[in-house]
Amino acid sequence: MFAAIDNFPALLIWIPLLGGLLSFFVKDAKQAKSSAIVFAASSLLVLLVSMNYAGKENLQVNQVSYEWLSAIGSNFGLILDGLTRSMSLLTAIVFLLVFLLVPSDQYKAAHKFYGLMLLAQCGLVGVFLATDALVFYLFWELALIPVYFLASIWGGEKRIKATFKFFIYTFIGSVLMLVAILYMYNKTNATSFGLSAFFNLNNTASEQYWLFGAFFIAFAIKMPLFPLHTWQPEAYEQSPAPVTMVLSSVMVKMGLFGLLRWIMPLFPLAVKEFNTSILVLIAFGIVYASLVAIYQDNIKRLIAYSSIAHIGLMAMGILTLKEVAVSGALIQMFNHGINILALWMIAFIIERQTGISSISKLGGLAKKAPVLSIFMVIAVLANVALPLTNSFVGEFMIFNGIYQSNKLLAAFAGLSIIFSAVYSLNMIKNVFYGTESQAASVVKDIRGVEILIFIILTVLILIVGIYPQPFFQMFSDALGLILTKYNS
Amino acid sequence: MNAIIISAVWGVLMMYAGFFLQSKRSIHLFAIVGICLMIACTAYEFLNGLPLFAIDTKGLLQYSNYALVFLMIVLISTLLYFILSGSEIDATGKSTTDLYALVFFILTGIAVVAGFRSLLMLFLGIEIVSIPLYVLAGSDKSNLKSNEAALKYFLMGSFSSGLMLMGIALIYGDVGSFYLDAIRAGFGMLTPMKGAGLLLILASMSFKVSAAPFHFWTPDVYDGSPTVFTSFMSTIVKSVAFYAFLTLFDHAFGKLHEHWKLLVAIIALATLLIGNITAVFQQSVKRMLAYSSIAQAGFMMLSVFAINTFAKQGLLLYFAAYSFATVGVFAVLSKMKDHSIDSFNGLSKSNPFIALSVLISLLSLAGIPLTAGFFAKYYMLLAVIREGGMVWLVVTAVICAAVSVYYYFRVIQAMYFKDSAEADGTEFSPYFKWAMVLNAILIIVLGIHPDLILNLI
Repeated sequence: MFAAIDNFPALLIWIPLLGGLLSFFVKDAKQAKSSAIVFAASSLLVLLVSMNYAGKENLQVNQVSYEWLSAIGSNFGLILDGLTRSMSLLTAIVFLLVFLLVPSDQYKAAHKFYGLMLLAQCGLVGVFLATDALVFYLFWELALIPVYFLASIWGGEKRIKATFKFFIYTFIGSVLMLVAILYMYNKTNATSFGLSAFFNLNNTASEQYWLFGAFFIAFAIKMPLFPLHTWQPEAYEQSPAPVTMVLSSVMVKMGLFGLLRWIMPLFPLAVKEFNTSILVLIAFGIVYASLVAIYQDNIKRLIAYSSIAHIGLMAMGILTLKEVAVSGALIQMFNHGINILALWMIAFIIERQTGISSISKLGGLAKKAPVLSIFMVIAVLANVALPLTNSFVGEFMIFNGIYQSNKLLAAFAGLSIIFSAVYSLNMIKNVFYGTESQAASVVKDIRGVEILIFIILTVLILIVGIYPQPFFQMFSDALGLILTKYNS
Repeated sequence: MNAIIISAVWGVLMMYAGFFLQSKRSIHLFAIVGICLMIACTAYEFLNGLPLFAIDTKGLLQYSNYALVFLMIVLISTLLYFILSGSEIDATGKSTTDLYALVFFILTGIAVVAGFRSLLMLFLGIEIVSIPLYVLAGSDKSNLKSNEAALKYFLMGSFSSGLMLMGIALIYGDVGSFYLDAIRAGFGMLTPMKGAGLLLILASMSFKVSAAPFHFWTPDVYDGSPTVFTSFMSTIVKSVAFYAFLTLFDHAFGKLHEHWKLLVAIIALATLLIGNITAVFQQSVKRMLAYSSIAQAGFMMLSVFAINTFAKQGLLLYFAAYSFATVGVFAVLSKMKDHSIDSFNGLSKSNPFIALSVLISLLSLAGIPLTAGFFAKYYMLLAVIREGGMVWLVVTAVICAAVSVYYYFRVIQAMYFKDSAEADGTEFSPYFKWAMVLNAILIIVLGIHPDLILNLI
């Protein structure tokens, strides 16, 4: 079984699932942590090996399909192509680094914590890999449930309300998507849920408008796009740090991914019809979120709003339908995951050591924690999209595309970059430099594993920033499918 | 056919068993043996296509595969119900054997309904189900609420039975036969008499399944009856009513589908909205489950609206999903000291396995994927979409499903995210724990492989 190349996508799902279930039976916290690390690492390993095969035997696309509910035409279909490879790579890296960072005594009942985390990984990878709409929907929900429990059990004071809001929002979006899926399934004469079968449906324009609406609401809630973003700052603030990391680096990508994999190929008429108005709405949302971020005093809320702005920018890039902007968004999805992970990790370390997440109460940490502050500067510069960092590549291409489609919009959205510099640099200034606060006396510098994690993140930031070519090669096939109905 | 005879005989045996069996445990065991025997004989009939007792019913009763699968689902639910709630049945009233006997007589009625091919048999079956139920609703004689529930149920129930009889009479007057096939043949054109009869039957069936606007009896009756019988009423008996509803409207009135389908759509819509929205405001879990049963009835009404293959297959799956989950939650609820949501606080700490099983049941009721409830709802929605032109109904239904998450998850939040103020004295026997886990496993298995049931039909 392990020898067959075909099994790579399935392995990516089974490994975290197995790890998650096993973890519930490990009572010792340290053992639970190490087993979680082993399972996350082996996921990453499988993925790297699969890429190696893709290069050698020219297997760009690794597709499998297992019989599941053949009576209703649903197969357990999975695919590893450029798009899903980069997303699963991001997922694997994020989970591994999160497991490495968080000490095993951080949370009570650690074995359950790691178990649920791995189950969440399973759900997320499943969302990215599925080629069958029903399977996609199942994983879409399955990714949500463990995250809901993680956030509600180990989260902050107002966790129950915040996470429930998050759950209800997402659930409403996803049931609407289910209706659209069933509608298309019915149009295939109740024979198939496959992406390719849906692709060949030739829905009329008015049908596409409704279907697009149902899918888009689900994805827009997940991303989240203005004005459906209200669940996000609270959920990020109240969730335990590892969950926030997973939420903001991987889970919000589910929305963008859905846009690329499902909406773009399936509803070209609707996308062409609505993209201008949505672009304007998103541009407004981006500037709004950036402005709100400037006035945040809580680090977590600041990062949350900054994330809304950046995700919005990627969504804009995709909806311009320009090839350069779409590939920019593709690479930026990966980059944003890495950058925001670095930011959350720094916020986590600061809060764990000082117990404070309010910017105004922090200050002058750089003297006591020089190494941490260096990494912080790198992460922030990457978030601001400075040249030589990974984001520069992606956001430059996205803006290029927006500029091609509408100059005014590009200028307006460009404001968000300026604002982003304002709040990010302000944060550095107030947290690491300036007058020394009480918090500065308790803070300790990072060491050991933590330094290793940040070195890995920095390397990823710089490598993609300097030499993004391999990524673009990886995306070439996915790009074809996404834009095929728009090129005529 | 086997089920009718065995349940009737076992009911009588059960009544006399009180003389011979002294301990509650042996009575309980005797009842379980009876159910197992019924399951075995129904399975035999399903596999061989022939009943053990060959009785000429003049075509009044016929057992298709669909009917037998339905019967099996009901019997398995009853078995689970006996296992999970047995000790509560023992605790209610003085003579346990009588209560068990009444349940067996209800099963006789169910078996009659399962095979009805004539309106006469339908009426008979439904009455055989209802009358023992009135008694069960009032079986906690010292409790005033239980008495009230029984009286309310009896008055409203007999009134709706009257409506049904009237409807049957009108249809008989027009068509000249009680047989479904003859009615179907005579139902080419809509005459005033047929229309009136159909409406009366629609109203009385809506009453039996507690669909809005005929649902007003439900919360009070479900809340007042002893919890263990509420569980039976809201799952197994409700399934039977729906089965009768679907079969009747499919077989007898199928030709006039275009005429009555909008009416059913409106009933379904009203039921979904009223059930779900009212359930949100309930503080007692028992009352919440009563409204949730109305909400679930709204979903099942969608199958009556659509009456296509998906609807018929899906309805059986829905029965299984809904009954297993509800029986499980009720079984735990009936062991709690009171019925408030707070009594579930901290259950995950004190009884992790029970909490996990309740969790899975609630997720199934909410229709979360990988539980049986998801595919049940999926089939209902698909059936409506297949029927075409009623996408608004589907959209309302899924939004109601999202609303239902709100009240089901309040129990989950209590179990998992809140700590109980004081140590709850509720004890669960290992036997009960294993039964709950088994129930949860059944729900998950059906959630991954719904074709286990669907392939049988």
